[in-house]
Amino acid sequence: MSIDRRSALLSWLFLAPTMIGVGIFVVLPIIGSLVLAFFRWDIITSPQFVGLQNFTELATDSTVGISFVNTAVFVALAVIAQLAIAMLLAVLVQSRMPPWLRVFFRSTFFFPLVLSAASVSILMRYLFNESYGVINWALSLVGIPAVPWLTSPQWAMVVVIAVYVWQNFGFSFLLFIGGLGAIPPEVYEAGAIDGATGWRKFSNLTLPLVSPTVLVASVMAIISSLQVFDQPYVLTRGGPGDSTRTVVMVIYESAFRQLEFGRASAIGLVLMVLIMLVTALQFRLARRFVFYQ
Amino acid sequence: MTRHLPALAKYAALLVAAVLTLGPVWWTFTTSLRPAAESFSLPPSFFPLSPDFSNYVAVFQQIRIPLLVLNSALVTGVIAVGQMLTAAMAGYVFARMEFRGKNALFAIVLSTMMVPVQVTIVPVFMIIRGVGLSDTLLALILPAIPTAFGTFLMRQYFLGLPLELGEAAAIDGASPWRTFFSIYAPLALPGMAIVGVLAFNYHWNEFFRPLIFMISEQNYTLPLGLVTLQGNLGTGSISIVLAGVILSMIPAVVVFLFGQRYLREGLTAGSSK
Repeated sequence: MSIDRRSALLSWLFLAPTMIGVGIFVVLPIIGSLVLAFFRWDIITSPQFVGLQNFTELATDSTVGISFVNTAVFVALAVIAQLAIAMLLAVLVQSRMPPWLRVFFRSTFFFPLVLSAASVSILMRYLFNESYGVINWALSLVGIPAVPWLTSPQWAMVVVIAVYVWQNFGFSFLLFIGGLGAIPPEVYEAGAIDGATGWRKFSNLTLPLVSPTVLVASVMAIISSLQVFDQPYVLTRGGPGDSTRTVVMVIYESAFRQLEFGRASAIGLVLMVLIMLVTALQFRLARRFVFYQ
Repeated sequence: MTRHLPALAKYAALLVAAVLTLGPVWWTFTTSLRPAAESFSLPPSFFPLSPDFSNYVAVFQQIRIPLLVLNSALVTGVIAVGQMLTAAMAGYVFARMEFRGKNALFAIVLSTMMVPVQVTIVPVFMIIRGVGLSDTLLALILPAIPTAFGTFLMRQYFLGLPLELGEAAAIDGASPWRTFFSIYAPLALPGMAIVGVLAFNYHWNEFFRPLIFMISEQNYTLPLGLVTLQGNLGTGSISIVLAGVILSMIPAVVVFLFGQRYLREGLTAGSSK
């Protein structure tokens, strides 16, 4: 066999597992979802073509509507909190300090990322328990009465956001550390000569220089928080009422609780389009606002 | 900027953040060492003065933790090794081989990277059911092995390795197979480690797919088993649930301690795609 023939054989054999796998488990399912979204199917009886009904029902179904509002509120607050905390801590960690301290803080803030969201939510459910949770106990020490964290609709959303941000701010933090580390020190030296200090130094020098990283970090935070499931499922099961029911929880319940596979596919497609829009917006904004060195 | 910020305020802020980050896990650990009967009592115990390991014994007796650990280890291990191998092979071809249609195939793989698992879960469930694999560990393993992100990562890795090595080997008469197995594959091991560590971290902690695919309790993975345990016990014995939570965290912490560099590299690699 010639080298060329052998190269071709190697290429196809090496690509086969990935291409066949991606074909069966991603490409085919996307097509399947696109088709299924136009049918009503409960697996037991035969599928029934319903046209756009699955989509039009989304607009009228109150649970679906609430889940989109909840997810929007969740994404907005979680992303802002995650980015703000991550940026503050990244700037502090990158400032002058003994190297071992920097390594300690950097590892600490990154640590929650490696834990399972389900396990974290289990322990947080205990910490936020109204009558015997540590958080209300700590608040009682300073005279604040017990907060119904998981049993009031408003507080439940706050807890879901807090638990999510607790676990995920480390990801944005890592990105910001990288972005801040790439700023050449001469910029600050020049800034110092011009008298830029404190907040002005941050807003006029640091922020523009890390703006590409901020944009990437925001988009990645938005995309992953749009898919939030583990935290609300374990912490509240979507309750009280529907107050913490998210889009992915409704996909899960429609498909695997109510056997409405067509409707679940339709919601899934809407979610995918949202994610694609966010990504497209990233490129738009990048051209307009982001400052590249 | 922070040179001018009072150092005290800076360290105070960092310390508060560190305590809030580590505190919940530390509380979990110390409470798991309290006698089950005391697990509700306040004030909480932040220092295990008289550690009681009976909860760990109870966890092993009560919820067949060994089986959950075994299932999780099996699923995670096979997925990690499978991803490392298939991603290295496909990444190598995309980086170093030339043939018609290569770019189109790579574009397909890349475009699937953005598709969230929730969009494909229903048809994947049908496919798994269709081939008779529902409620088996293979239902979790098979769909997770092909990895668009891992393939992308390995392609980048191979592109960074010197072209001359392969050319020299070819001149010496090495076959394309030998060039891969004796020259490039060993050099790509750090890249494969990134793929493996990322896969381990993601699938060891995974909850959504096991919740959907696993029906019999004997097939539960660790996170699913623990959530079920919390539900079953209601508010009965926190310490036992928390002992299970700590057990589930140990492998993740080991990876964190020894594979942190790979994990950081892999996690941030996604931001430059």
